[in-house]
Amino acid sequence: MLDTKDIMETIQMIREENLDVRTITMGISLFDCVSDDEKALCDRVYDKLTRKAEHLVRTGEDLEKRYGVPIVNKRVSVTPVSLIGGRLSPDGYIRLAHTLQKAAETLGINFIGGYSALVHKGMTESDKRLIESIPRALAETELLCSSVNVATTKAGINMDAIRLMGGVIRETAYRTRDRQSIGCAKLVVFANVPEDNPFMAGAFHGVGEPECVINVGVSGPGVVSSAIRRAGPCDLSELADVIKKTAFKITRVGQLVAHEAAKALDVPFGIVDLSLAPTPAIGDSVAQILENMGLESTGAHGTTAALAMLNDAVKKGGVMASSHVGGLSGAFIPVSEDAGMIAAVERGSLSLEKLEAMTAVCSVGLDMIAIPGDTTEDVICGIIADEISIGVANTKTTAVRLIPAYGKKPGDRVEFGGLLGYAPVIPVRTDSPSVFIGRGGRIPAPIHSLKN
Amino acid sequence: MKAIISVTGKDSVGIIAKVSAVCANYKANITEITQSVLHEYFAMIMLCDITGITVPFAEFSDQLTKLGRDNNLEIHAMHEDIFNSMHKI
Repeated sequence: MLDTKDIMETIQMIREENLDVRTITMGISLFDCVSDDEKALCDRVYDKLTRKAEHLVRTGEDLEKRYGVPIVNKRVSVTPVSLIGGRLSPDGYIRLAHTLQKAAETLGINFIGGYSALVHKGMTESDKRLIESIPRALAETELLCSSVNVATTKAGINMDAIRLMGGVIRETAYRTRDRQSIGCAKLVVFANVPEDNPFMAGAFHGVGEPECVINVGVSGPGVVSSAIRRAGPCDLSELADVIKKTAFKITRVGQLVAHEAAKALDVPFGIVDLSLAPTPAIGDSVAQILENMGLESTGAHGTTAALAMLNDAVKKGGVMASSHVGGLSGAFIPVSEDAGMIAAVERGSLSLEKLEAMTAVCSVGLDMIAIPGDTTEDVICGIIADEISIGVANTKTTAVRLIPAYGKKPGDRVEFGGLLGYAPVIPVRTDSPSVFIGRGGRIPAPIHSLKN
Repeated sequence: MKAIISVTGKDSVGIIAKVSAVCANYKANITEITQSVLHEYFAMIMLCDITGITVPFAEFSDQLTKLGRDNNLEIHAMHEDIFNSMHKI
């Protein structure tokens, strides 16, 4: 028989410390839907998605009941749409966006990702038309998520793409101004984007992926936070061990669910993403972990060191618990989705600059940060360029999901509801980087990318 | 196939009987029970063989959750694999 203590520990993690499986994401290739006829393309996409993922939600619910652990989201990611759009007109892309939305509604999933383009070295005509259609696509749909990869360590940084994205983000904010600019919460700009990420808004089904695959994202900041609190005044080596052991247990749940979901759906298992993904629920916060480690507030000097240690220990614990690890795998620090981060920003303890420093040691980047609605395109491009260069120089994924909240000023609040939470509008430096950004072109790949 | 049923809450007469009745009703065979009462609080863990249960596990689990709700108890039935995964290498 299992140890009673172990059983109670598991139950406590689930019932009191918000342990859950954050998402089961089914990746589906759309390459075989390609057609030179727009209607045929849309029909094939709809048919394929609703056929392949028909049982996804039910399977998730069955597993939830079986293991007694919440599986919060069931999602689908697809091949980056710019790769299958071919000669679609901008209006054609919008119709494809509506098709994806309709398929997501039919399936009953919470998000569909992959309205994406990979333009780290340059842009095809098709990529450009897709990127320009993003604001309308996000304004006219609810469940569609979009991402654009503008840089890799191998290719360098496509500054022309960043310049384009500055405008796209502002236009998306404007087009969804009646809903707190929520469109921007579904749009991510990446460096070194992973092709098997199960988390939204950045999920898509990469070109090296199979026909269909199951990826799972675990969670559990509340569990780690409680374990640290229980550990008491131990030194940091011991604390790292506590985090590793906890991460191992959390990841084993993800691995079990991933394995069983893949078996039930008769789809290969892809990866488990070892991320600590917070929610706005009290206690389910990465910021609270940092504060339990001994910081007065997240954002205090010492935050980057604490986060670096946390991120590393989570990976070390998780990697042995899963047969394949992938996706983003690290602690997320979204502002609006983490009650502790929100409180730190509201206290004035956590600035945009500190958040940027923190992203150098964790996944993913400047995430779900509301900035003043009058922030200029050039400044947004500057923020993106800074963040992306951290990813490129450190051979890691970084991303930017900024919400220039229309009509809002620093100190105002933006409410999205649900998992997206709410965010205080954070002040942004207004000194202009416009001449630098306006130069365009590519920032060359760093020397350490030349490994061959 | 085994499931673990956990029952926690305020102690009262007949808790074990009520949970056992549901198990018997659906042909879940109780193989082990540990239980303790601390002050007025009751905690029980039951190991059940669910190979022969007459309804899908989800429905069995729902019935126990409902029994818990009706009696002011927290009752959860979970497949043993989740505990094995977490606590055994």
